[in-house]
Amino acid sequence: MNAMRAILARALLGHLAQQPGRALMSVLALALGVALGVAVSVVNRSALDEFGRGLRTVSGQADLEVRGARVGFDELLYPQLALRPEVEIASPLLEIEARVRGAAREGGADAIKLIGLDPLRAIALSPALIAPPAAPAGRGQETAATETSSLPDDDVLFLSPAAARRFAVAVGDEIELQSGASSARFRVGGLLPAVGAGQMLAVTDIATAQWRFERLGVLTRIDLRLREGVAAAPALNEIAAGLPPGVVVATPAQAESRAARLSRAYRVNLTMLALIALVTGAFLVFSAQALNVVRRRSELALLRAIGVTRGALVCWLLLEGALIGAIGSMLGVAGGYALAAVALQFIGGDLGAGYFQGARPPLAFDPWGTIGFVALGIAAALAGSALPAREAARSDPAVALKSGDVADSFARLGRLAPGLASLMAAALVVWLPPLGGLPVFGYAAIALLLVGSVLILPRLARLLFARLPPVPRVVWLSLAIEQLRGAPHLATIGAAGVLASVALAGAMAIMVGSFRQSVDVWLGQVLPADLYLRAARAGESAHFEPAEQAAILATPGVMRVDFLRHQSLLLDPALPQVALIARPIPADVPERALPLLARVTVPAGQVGVLASEAMQDLYGWRLGQRVRLPLAGREIEVVVAGIWRDYARQHGAVAIDLATYRGLTGDMRVNDAGLWLAPQSSTTQVAEALRARLPAEAI
Amino acid sequence: MRALLASLLWSICLAAGAAGVDYPPVRQDGAIELPADHGAHPAFRVEWWYVTGWLDAVEDGKPLQLGFQITFFRVRPGLQENNPSPFAARQVLFAHPALSAPQHGRLRHAERTARAGFGLAQAATGELDLRIDDWTMRREAGADGEAIHAHAAGRDFSYDLRLAPTQPVLRNGVRGFSQKAADPRHASHYYSLPQLAVSGRVRRDGRVLEVTGRAWFDHEWSSEYLPAGASGWDWIGINLDDGGALMAFRMRGTDGASLWAGGTLRRADGSVETFAPQAVAFEPVREWTSPRTGSRYPVAMRVRLATSRGPLVGELAPLIDDQELDSRRSTGAVYWEGAVRLSTGGKEAGRGYLELTGYRERLRM
Repeated sequence: MNAMRAILARALLGHLAQQPGRALMSVLALALGVALGVAVSVVNRSALDEFGRGLRTVSGQADLEVRGARVGFDELLYPQLALRPEVEIASPLLEIEARVRGAAREGGADAIKLIGLDPLRAIALSPALIAPPAAPAGRGQETAATETSSLPDDDVLFLSPAAARRFAVAVGDEIELQSGASSARFRVGGLLPAVGAGQMLAVTDIATAQWRFERLGVLTRIDLRLREGVAAAPALNEIAAGLPPGVVVATPAQAESRAARLSRAYRVNLTMLALIALVTGAFLVFSAQALNVVRRRSELALLRAIGVTRGALVCWLLLEGALIGAIGSMLGVAGGYALAAVALQFIGGDLGAGYFQGARPPLAFDPWGTIGFVALGIAAALAGSALPAREAARSDPAVALKSGDVADSFARLGRLAPGLASLMAAALVVWLPPLGGLPVFGYAAIALLLVGSVLILPRLARLLFARLPPVPRVVWLSLAIEQLRGAPHLATIGAAGVLASVALAGAMAIMVGSFRQSVDVWLGQVLPADLYLRAARAGESAHFEPAEQAAILATPGVMRVDFLRHQSLLLDPALPQVALIARPIPADVPERALPLLARVTVPAGQVGVLASEAMQDLYGWRLGQRVRLPLAGREIEVVVAGIWRDYARQHGAVAIDLATYRGLTGDMRVNDAGLWLAPQSSTTQVAEALRARLPAEAI
Repeated sequence: MRALLASLLWSICLAAGAAGVDYPPVRQDGAIELPADHGAHPAFRVEWWYVTGWLDAVEDGKPLQLGFQITFFRVRPGLQENNPSPFAARQVLFAHPALSAPQHGRLRHAERTARAGFGLAQAATGELDLRIDDWTMRREAGADGEAIHAHAAGRDFSYDLRLAPTQPVLRNGVRGFSQKAADPRHASHYYSLPQLAVSGRVRRDGRVLEVTGRAWFDHEWSSEYLPAGASGWDWIGINLDDGGALMAFRMRGTDGASLWAGGTLRRADGSVETFAPQAVAFEPVREWTSPRTGSRYPVAMRVRLATSRGPLVGELAPLIDDQELDSRRSTGAVYWEGAVRLSTGGKEAGRGYLELTGYRERLRM
């Protein structure tokens, strides 16, 4: 029996060595699938770990965090919360999205998160954000009061090690930060070694942050520690009841899951892309093995004739598939981690989607994702080998030993019914609602579509080839057609599978890649001005003050300007923030401003807003409905006057007329401006003139 | 007098902004006006309000003696002076409450630090009204006369005390001008309220005790306190059993020798005597080594005073040895501040507090 096993092993595995090219193709296809899958999974893990670490760095040991939208809320909420009986420590924070001046010139990211805090309060809740004390200075005066020495004067900030490296500054160096039209020079007072390796953070005193970045009177967040024995859930409800509109309280865990949710759809899409690559690999293995089985038909029959059982033959053929799968998967894991490292280095943890700005997470090992994709790779190879192996074992050795026609051994695969059933199931499944916010059935429909197409393709091909004119005049073409007509079905299936899945993978890759580009195109349709001006690109705290707006208006060559104020609203603590866009919207013809799907007339004396489609789905807003919006610390009742299509903001957007918005809030700042130029002026000239009029690097 | 000061001044010296701030000097002719001067003097660099005392209680039918101390510090660090934000740390407040009990064998203490503002931390001017969150010290005039009310709580203790004056205010030094070194630039405005009658409640180990006792209130403010070359000081404030009050201090150099000294004695008959530097001497009698910090403190001392009515020698003995405040984790200050008995000729003559600063061993690095 051992001798038999040796013969089998040589016959089957030996063929891998004899036909290295074919085996290599299968291995590479599987490796590609596994690599993609592992890379996406590892990048996700790293990015989420880092994001979670980032959140925990800031919220540290807080029991609850009170947050508003990024524009912040009145600082007087701080003493109110601090004096509540259930609160032991309240730590006020002002988070500002800033950029480091001069960094962009050398290329690369310049975004940094500046946290203004009161070290005396924050030391209990976010110790990682407080610089360690200076070394004691000896007898008598040795006792460096940590707290006073950590009270920075107005020109000192502390950097995370990652930020210090990125911007190549050391303790004592100067660094200039900018947010909106305000900028300030700081001396690096120290590093924050306890901040995670990927965090781009700067910490300064809260009074400094408020003053230097013109946010006097504003906080964006208050962390709370509850007194011992106070239960978090009832305290959360009590505190929530007393908060002004637009400000919410949540536990740090809720905040973390909200961050994960923000990018979930994107991550799932990428994972699906990896799975499709795996399916491609499986089809490649299938076609290689099927061809292999056909080619070695007589060899296999001989093995059967000399007494190898049917089961043993199947086993060995499967083993061959598994070996290909294992080699491919191992290569894939190595390739996947390499790919992930490169992706993290150059595109960032969100694979370019812009969700985790500023963070450069270190590579994290993702054991379950890795094991999962290795298993999937081997399973795909096994699945690809299973049918050919069964067919090889099924065929009668006596017939097969005679050299002759091999074509119909896979004939039953050409049946139409399973393929059609698959396609019909796909058509039905696609209508099912999402599960847990994810289009699970959508993915299932795509899978069914793929399987169905592959199954009916051979039949279609045969029909097509049968109808071709029997003898074309061109000799090579007629040869090719005869070749196709005579090809075994299994080859057609394999080729079709590879074709379909490669096409699908390509389509998805293009879709993901072109997503952001199409947003820009769509924005162009929505804002058809000649020139756009945006206050420095780091986030929402970038803006133009009224004086700068006047400067823009007065720039020669500018005929008309549409200003746009962009803000975010927190309507539900469990959901990501909703975009609020204030821009000129003509009350009678709002469709001129935005691509409206439907609208109603606003009753006199009411404020109308236009909601994006996502607001319907996520918040259940309906046309004509009265809803409350937290604006400038007040709840304001508005009417949903129209629904518009928005590709850019999947978490929802609300548009309001700029003049109305200014009347309601008194907020005169804008973030963007759309410029219509006078007929004879050139875009470049006006852009130059604008640069000259506005603070450098403000646009 | 006060230990945190050393650390504060040290860190202030480091602060770049401090150089540009004009702190008013302490003037010999600046009279202390009460009650207005009970309040804060925010222009000066440092200021503190200090209450120390002995408490009597009955627990499980047995008499019990406790020492307590509550301090509020105010510092103007010279930072963010032009910053219009209400968060600007122009004034920073510290508070330290502590409780000494013989059975516990060790000092219980807590501390808080906060920048003044938003009504959460404040040192009011014109009247004694101090607060850091829910720790407070304020002077109130009620139906039963004026009194200072103090409330503070640590993790394992808290107290609510009423401190009623029984004697007029005692101005230390020359009408409240207390010199700290040969150079009169180093001085403070300094007055005391000895022999305060204490009543109130102390919570400890989850049990509430009704307490009475005697306490000593100090209020001192300055812009230049510690002379160069000084490493620390020894200080006592003793309520004498006969109704008198004794305050004495010495500044020590890095070699341990006295650089300067001073003191005030008010006798039971109301006569006040102020001591010149050479009239005050402190002699260590017994040292205690802290198991936490390795610092050696002369917890038992002999005090020699040359009074106009002849020499006075007193022995100081601590209520418990371990009354060290080790707050390296927060303010970084390490010092000894404890309840002591004063005896003369083997007989108890009074009770009060002894403070020993600058005794921490140099760190070996």
